[in-house]
Amino acid sequence: MNITRFPWRATLAAATLAVAAAGAWAKDVTLLNVSYDPTRELYQDFNKAFAAHWKAKTGDNVTIKQSHGGSGKQARSVIDGLDADVVTLALAYDIDEIAEKAKLLAPDWQKRLKHNSAPYTSTIVFLVRKGNPKGIKDWDDLIKPGISVITPNPKTSGGARWNYLAAWGYAQKKYGSEAKAKEFVGKILANVPVLDSGARGATTTFVERGVGDVLLAWENEALLALKELGPDKFDIVAPSLSILAEPPVAVVDKVVDRKGTRAVAQAYLEYLYSPEGQDIAGQNYYRPIDPKAAAKYEKQFPKVTLFTIDQVFGGWAKAQQTHFADGGTFDQIYVRK
Amino acid sequence: MPFSRALLRRHTVLPGFDLAFGFALLYVCLLVLVPLSAAFLKTATLSWDAFVAATMSPRVVASYRLTFGASLAAALVNAVFGLLVAWVLVRYRFPGRRLVDALVDLPFALPTAVAGIALTAIYAQNGAIGQWLPFKVAFTPVGVFVALVFIGLPFVVRTVQPVLEDVNREFEEAAATLGATRWQTVTQVVLPIVMPALLTGFALAFARALGEYGSVIFIAGNMPMVSEITPLIIITKLEQYDYAGATAVAVVMLTVSFVLLLVINALQAWARKRQGGV
Repeated sequence: MNITRFPWRATLAAATLAVAAAGAWAKDVTLLNVSYDPTRELYQDFNKAFAAHWKAKTGDNVTIKQSHGGSGKQARSVIDGLDADVVTLALAYDIDEIAEKAKLLAPDWQKRLKHNSAPYTSTIVFLVRKGNPKGIKDWDDLIKPGISVITPNPKTSGGARWNYLAAWGYAQKKYGSEAKAKEFVGKILANVPVLDSGARGATTTFVERGVGDVLLAWENEALLALKELGPDKFDIVAPSLSILAEPPVAVVDKVVDRKGTRAVAQAYLEYLYSPEGQDIAGQNYYRPIDPKAAAKYEKQFPKVTLFTIDQVFGGWAKAQQTHFADGGTFDQIYVRK
Repeated sequence: MPFSRALLRRHTVLPGFDLAFGFALLYVCLLVLVPLSAAFLKTATLSWDAFVAATMSPRVVASYRLTFGASLAAALVNAVFGLLVAWVLVRYRFPGRRLVDALVDLPFALPTAVAGIALTAIYAQNGAIGQWLPFKVAFTPVGVFVALVFIGLPFVVRTVQPVLEDVNREFEEAAATLGATRWQTVTQVVLPIVMPALLTGFALAFARALGEYGSVIFIAGNMPMVSEITPLIIITKLEQYDYAGATAVAVVMLTVSFVLLLVINALQAWARKRQGGV
């Protein structure tokens, strides 16, 4: 009976070594991406792509957790201690507040990544009922008597602030003065029957409750609504002029340094700028900033002339102070009545 | 401190009072006093002028009017109709009584946002009830009132019900044999017994309505000066990172509610005494 003995011992040793070695370089990393409401679908797709990319590049397993909610509320959670490795919010102002109130990242965070740290852009468009029964073509139609406009409350919704500033920028350009712009936006707000506290709520009011003739909406939300609800119910109307919304992204310095995740977090955001990242943005109805990807998805977006918040309002901090702080133009337009 | 020790010792029929008292005090402090005093401390960072500006601007004052007015109206309606529901549940036997009894508790268990969305769907102009009404309910102050009635109902029913069950029928029979009409029996015999419980239910429903956010926010329409509730103003201030302003408004609300609840408590004590102490 001469059985060759299977070299158990050696195998076991080798296996242990292999596991240990693999363990040494195949790390498991978890990132938390704190974002705002309408990016849910975008990041579900993107996270899968990035995890695969990172695995191929470094062999590490990266799991990305998502947190969504109103942009301002999300920023407050981070200020109050939610361990976000990266934040991807609706407005630069919200990240500015994280930098200022909690000092979790440097004040110049917006210069760190290309294109004002905004890897994709969006704008504000009109969603109207099928066939556009009220004949709404541009911002001027929104101040007509008898037109009912749905937009959320700019005090509680980041999207609503973009709506408000888009209307303001249009009026200022067309009628030439701040005072005229204020009057114009005041007239639009006088046609608003409901101020929901968030963008999704406003969409529900318009779509489900049948209130209003026109919904001011994020372009990606409007396109998504059209895809989900069927193009037989609603039309998208692009105004002649609108605002270039740049939802920014940033690494939260203090958190990644404490958790030792800086490299992954940085790569995660940079990957948004890669051809694949840009492609995913386009598929989710965000306008890619890379010219090649932008050309590929050009057809799905309406043609709108866009202005930036820096051009017209001198940046977010200033716009926030002038328009939305207590006693700002928004309050004046309302409370004077 | 012999006096206070004596005070605390006075009614110790059961053992373990010291420990239980200490625990109760600590528990209430940790859960109620500490978080609330944090609100007051945060407010203290404001100057007096800033405090007045934050809490007395026309928009905020309009929201107090709506919040306190609608809460009071809703609590009154709940007191009347809650008593009626409790009466029916206690005094009559009918098929499906247990089901109705269970239904009363639903507003307790339902997430308020769900209630709000459901009520809005029903009362919107294209909703199941809204389309038949001659006036608008959703997105007006009436909508706020409807939502507050909805969430306040179980408070009245559940405080009045056990007391009604205990009302001795012999009193009513005695009243009847002495020649009282049914109306006299109810107003002069039954109501006084139920009154303290009814006031408690009213106070609870009122307090709950004051703080309500989720169910109201969807149906209110949130128009400044018209249908904005105070809790929304607080959220609005938080959304602008104005923590001190938000807590200032919260402090005003807390103080006013506390005074109102004290008054109701006093009323309740008075009603109880008048009825001969229970």
